[in-house]
Amino acid sequence: MSSTALYNDQGGAETAVEAGQESTSSTGAAFGLFSADFKKNEDLKEMLESNKESHKLEAMKRIVGLIAKGKNASELFPAVVKNVASKNIELKKLVYVYLVRYAEEQQDLALLSISTFQRALKDPNQFIRASALRVLSSIRVPIIVPIMMLAIKEASTDLSPYVRKTSAHAIQKLYSLDPDQKEQLIEVIEKLLKDKSTLVAGSVVMAFEEVCPDRIDLIHKNYRKLCNLLVDVEEWGQVVIISMLTRYARTQFINPWKEDGLDENNETAFYDSDSERNQTEAKPYIMDPDHRLLLRNTKPLLQSRNTAVVMSVAQLYWHLAPKHEVSVVTKSLVRLLRSHREVQFIVLQNIATMSIQRKGMFEPFMKSFYVRSTDPTNIKTLKLEILTNLANEANISTILREFQTYVKSQDKEFAAATIQAIGRCATNISEVADTCLNGLVQLLSNRDETVVAESVVVIKKLLQTQPSQHSEIIKHMAKLFDNITVPMARASILWLIGEYCEKVPKIAPDVLRKMAKTFTTEEDIVKLQTVNLAAKLYLTNSKQTKLLTQYILNLGKYDQNYDIRDRTRFIRQLIVPSEKSSALNKYARRILLASKPAPVLESAFKDRDRYQLGTLSHSLNIKATGYQELCDWPTIAPDASVRNVEIIEPVNEWVPKAGKSKQRKSEKFYSDEEEDRDEAGSESSSTEDSSSSSSEESDKSSSASEKTSSESEANSIDLFALLCSQVTTSSFSPVKTYDLLHHMSAKGLAAKYHFPRQPCLYQPCMVAVQVILTNCSDHNLEEIHIGDRIPASLNIHCFNTIERLEPGAAVTVSMGIDFSDSTQAANFQLCTKSDKFNVSIQPVVGELLTPSTMTEEDFCMEQRLKLAQGTVVPVGSYCCFYQLY
Amino acid sequence: MIHSLFLINASGDIFLEKHWKSVVSRSVCDYFFEAQERASEPENVPPVIPTPHHYLISVLRHRIYFVAVIQSEVPPLFVIEFLHRVVDTFQDYFGVCTEAAIKDNVVVVYELLEEMLDNGFPLATESNILKELIKPPTILRTMVNTITGSTNVGEQLPTGQLSVVPWRRTGVKYTNNEAYFDVVEEIDAIIDKSGSTITAEIQGVIDACVKLTGMPDLTLSFMNPRLLDDVSFHPCVRFKRWEAERILSFIPPDGNFRLLSYHVSSQNLVAIPVYVKHNITFREGSSQGRFDLTLGPKQTMGKAVESVLVSSQLPRGVLNVNLNPSQGTYTFDPVTKLLSWDVGKINPQKLPSLKGSMSLQAGASKPDENPTFNIQFKIQQMAISGLKVNRLDMYGEKYKPFKGIKYMTKAGKFQVRT
Repeated sequence: MSSTALYNDQGGAETAVEAGQESTSSTGAAFGLFSADFKKNEDLKEMLESNKESHKLEAMKRIVGLIAKGKNASELFPAVVKNVASKNIELKKLVYVYLVRYAEEQQDLALLSISTFQRALKDPNQFIRASALRVLSSIRVPIIVPIMMLAIKEASTDLSPYVRKTSAHAIQKLYSLDPDQKEQLIEVIEKLLKDKSTLVAGSVVMAFEEVCPDRIDLIHKNYRKLCNLLVDVEEWGQVVIISMLTRYARTQFINPWKEDGLDENNETAFYDSDSERNQTEAKPYIMDPDHRLLLRNTKPLLQSRNTAVVMSVAQLYWHLAPKHEVSVVTKSLVRLLRSHREVQFIVLQNIATMSIQRKGMFEPFMKSFYVRSTDPTNIKTLKLEILTNLANEANISTILREFQTYVKSQDKEFAAATIQAIGRCATNISEVADTCLNGLVQLLSNRDETVVAESVVVIKKLLQTQPSQHSEIIKHMAKLFDNITVPMARASILWLIGEYCEKVPKIAPDVLRKMAKTFTTEEDIVKLQTVNLAAKLYLTNSKQTKLLTQYILNLGKYDQNYDIRDRTRFIRQLIVPSEKSSALNKYARRILLASKPAPVLESAFKDRDRYQLGTLSHSLNIKATGYQELCDWPTIAPDASVRNVEIIEPVNEWVPKAGKSKQRKSEKFYSDEEEDRDEAGSESSSTEDSSSSSSEESDKSSSASEKTSSESEANSIDLFALLCSQVTTSSFSPVKTYDLLHHMSAKGLAAKYHFPRQPCLYQPCMVAVQVILTNCSDHNLEEIHIGDRIPASLNIHCFNTIERLEPGAAVTVSMGIDFSDSTQAANFQLCTKSDKFNVSIQPVVGELLTPSTMTEEDFCMEQRLKLAQGTVVPVGSYCCFYQLY
Repeated sequence: MIHSLFLINASGDIFLEKHWKSVVSRSVCDYFFEAQERASEPENVPPVIPTPHHYLISVLRHRIYFVAVIQSEVPPLFVIEFLHRVVDTFQDYFGVCTEAAIKDNVVVVYELLEEMLDNGFPLATESNILKELIKPPTILRTMVNTITGSTNVGEQLPTGQLSVVPWRRTGVKYTNNEAYFDVVEEIDAIIDKSGSTITAEIQGVIDACVKLTGMPDLTLSFMNPRLLDDVSFHPCVRFKRWEAERILSFIPPDGNFRLLSYHVSSQNLVAIPVYVKHNITFREGSSQGRFDLTLGPKQTMGKAVESVLVSSQLPRGVLNVNLNPSQGTYTFDPVTKLLSWDVGKINPQKLPSLKGSMSLQAGASKPDENPTFNIQFKIQQMAISGLKVNRLDMYGEKYKPFKGIKYMTKAGKFQVRT
């Protein structure tokens, strides 16, 4: 079925007329008026079974209306499913909506539709293939799991990136339908992770996170690619990739915080090999270049309009960047506060956690957290929290002035929170403790009860932290006692009077007397404190209060609350001497009147940092299902070497090794990647296969040339694009041609060469050379090829033997020569069928270098980056040479 | 990621539900209603609510709660941002995002939601792509559709999803090629009792309406780009160019979009265009209070201050007010205690004032808090930060477009404490 046929609207004149009639009869029926009663459904069934497109469409629209309202329309399934192959595109889409919703309930009938999708999966149009896969994978019917698996596998190798993206989505769906498919799905994920399309990247990482988040090893090889693609991935994909990379980085790099502030430019460290560096921890910290790559590539995303992207970059910096770099995210986070209320809420929560550890980050933006009267209460309290966290000696006066305004707020809940905040400021900054206390005492005369009550509670805590002579305040509070009705506040005052009863010897018994009167009507919490007060007074001033205490204890004994009965019984045993109790009695004073440690007033966000910032768990402060713990930095970085082998594999592979035969080299080169990796470890031992495969080389080489180019393209991307950021291939520069062989001295074979100044496709350590061979003689030259090299270890990638060159004809061939970064001439033989000519190519220094534009900063960075990898000796002519501008 | 979506109206009815995975019973919303009950005001409903098996993440816009059901860990901002994007799309399609509009267009809504999420992961959120897939309903199209039986679903395939510029649809054609840019700046400020500025900052956006044929490549440069301190771009803007040259270079989406939002560096002093003189007193023991409010222009660079609206939440003790505006009209809601005064344009020769008395609850003590005034205003043809667009150039297309730039300054969160 061709795409056009499928998507063409066949509605001709006939349908138009029908629709016209139809519109008179049924358009009046709005969805809102529609009810799901039996008769109407009968009606719909009839419409669906009619052969008029417009009737069917109308029916489907109504059905979608039913679904949207949450009404059950499942009995229409057989009638609907018949239309799955409809040619009307809207009708078809609506049928899809219906199918996805009800297939789970009507599994057998749903199977009827499968063949349509299977057919569409083979459609030449990529969008039809994609949408077929999308719907097929959305039908949650376990029986079709094998079909889905097959479709996913096929789609994952589709030429269209859009279809591959869809297949990445389908992976998650299949996984949730049947977790047993995990292994096979991981294979597909592995394949898709290698995909270079930005369309696919986000979706496949999402699938990775869902199916196998612990298979960090799959990321190694794709890490740099992901970092580099990141900016171009769609915004939702960015969020997912960034959070995955955060986790990845925490397992792979060493802690950049330990020796923060030490200079990273220690000369000697540059020349240390990787292994040495890892073993000796005392060496100054050098950031892994890949670590730096991640930080550098995510930074521009702080400018994203998508708040989720900005937040995820912020959390990445928070969890991964050296301490002094984290502050780059501040401005962007503050910017998010201009966004919707919900966004503000989440961002403020995260800032609150951050501001506990790093005041300095947000201090310059303190005013952005000033509360406006129009903010909702939960935003207000979060801002207050942050302001309190930011308070220090320098800004406390400003903050307290601001708090004064807040205390007067009409929003009493918020005013109460402000009083708490003042209390916290007072304990944290001792200079202002007295000012705060005075302010709070003034609030005691406030008209609003919540404000007064909160003040009492906070003053109680404050007095406890500095038990100096504050008897005045206690007296004042005792006076207020009659007017305060909030139980918590009353209890606090009673406790204070009890605790410091020796400072207010006159008032305390009087308060107890009042309490004795009202004991029965008090709240439980107040009763408990009354009992406490009575006990303490009994011990200090038993003359005056003995009777009162006994009265209260008696009341408590018969209280309805068992806590109070228990407490009373306990206190009585403790303080009243009797013949039975003796042991504890002696210590009663020391037990009850022991000096108590002051409460610590802490931020509610103190322990939130155990969760990764920006996560649901952080927001709720409980571990959400599926939360992936962010692991601690590895203490030593054993992974660094592991990762190097994995990621910088091409580099290690192509490093010229002294004493290796050239055949060995080329054999290695053509073998596929998998083999190489296996070999990398046991390279030195395996030599026997090299000789055997050398014969295959020639025939392989032609067929492999395509493969080579694609393969080495990947490598060169790794090497150049990723490491050096931008290699500018200077193809525009004038090409200077040198003579290699003059036709007079070579029986008619003339050869010229020039340096194309392009990255060598064959091996990164080689320099690309183009040779133009011309036949100046009057007969055919046959079998032109390269013969012996001098010295024999010279590493040359030869061009394929030219079987025949017609008289007057010219051919350009390219070859790669490894000059080992020296200007020494490469001597080799250029052979025809009958003759051999010694030739030599003398490189000019300039041709050994590759230009790269970068700022000085980047240059230093890259330099460090190279050295840190241990690739101190330039791996090839291409690396490590930079032009400074 | 996102399992299901419920739309709940102000009276607590679930009027639309959509599931992207297995169906989640709507009873899950009971937890949301519980939280709603606990919250004193609609805005105080926490955006994230945990339930035993799910997590509810909600946004409130246009008096509709959009409640997403989540089953496992996901960045909450991811969901919130997406929900807002959904609302924006509805608004874009139906003009307004109300319960009625959604119910009337339930099929389009369903089709949109289907395209926007696949298995709970955002698929197509770019308005240009969506419009290619599903055409927005217009009166004309609705009429044509009912007559001819054709549909809202696009006939073409969404090629935009594949292109390097996914935000722009292909094959755009206009007879009049025009590009308009609105530079809108908002002043956020808190002014204290004595009239001094506690905090003031300028946030700006450049909204564009570009209707250009083909694939135009635009560059926009500023006279004084240094003013921009913190910027965030539409994805179409080439970041590298901005970093290097401070030039906005982009292939625009078709139609309306927000090109840039920016923050003006806080070093610059912010000119406050209006001042407020106020005298609000409650006398102890009497049930009367005096109310006196005068507005005046200040630092407006000769431009008129228009559409001025003053609103304030008066203390709970105020029963009613008897005020006399020198211009405009005022309303007072005795239940919510919300006073709002629609002033209109400020005439510098005759300053607008609102004077009169407030009656307080008899016997109650005088309220110890003073109200805060929220002020809204607009100033046309001026960007208060002084930002100026230098020029706009177009490359890649031959025709000459019509270009227009408009400046405006508005009050953002502009509060005066008394």
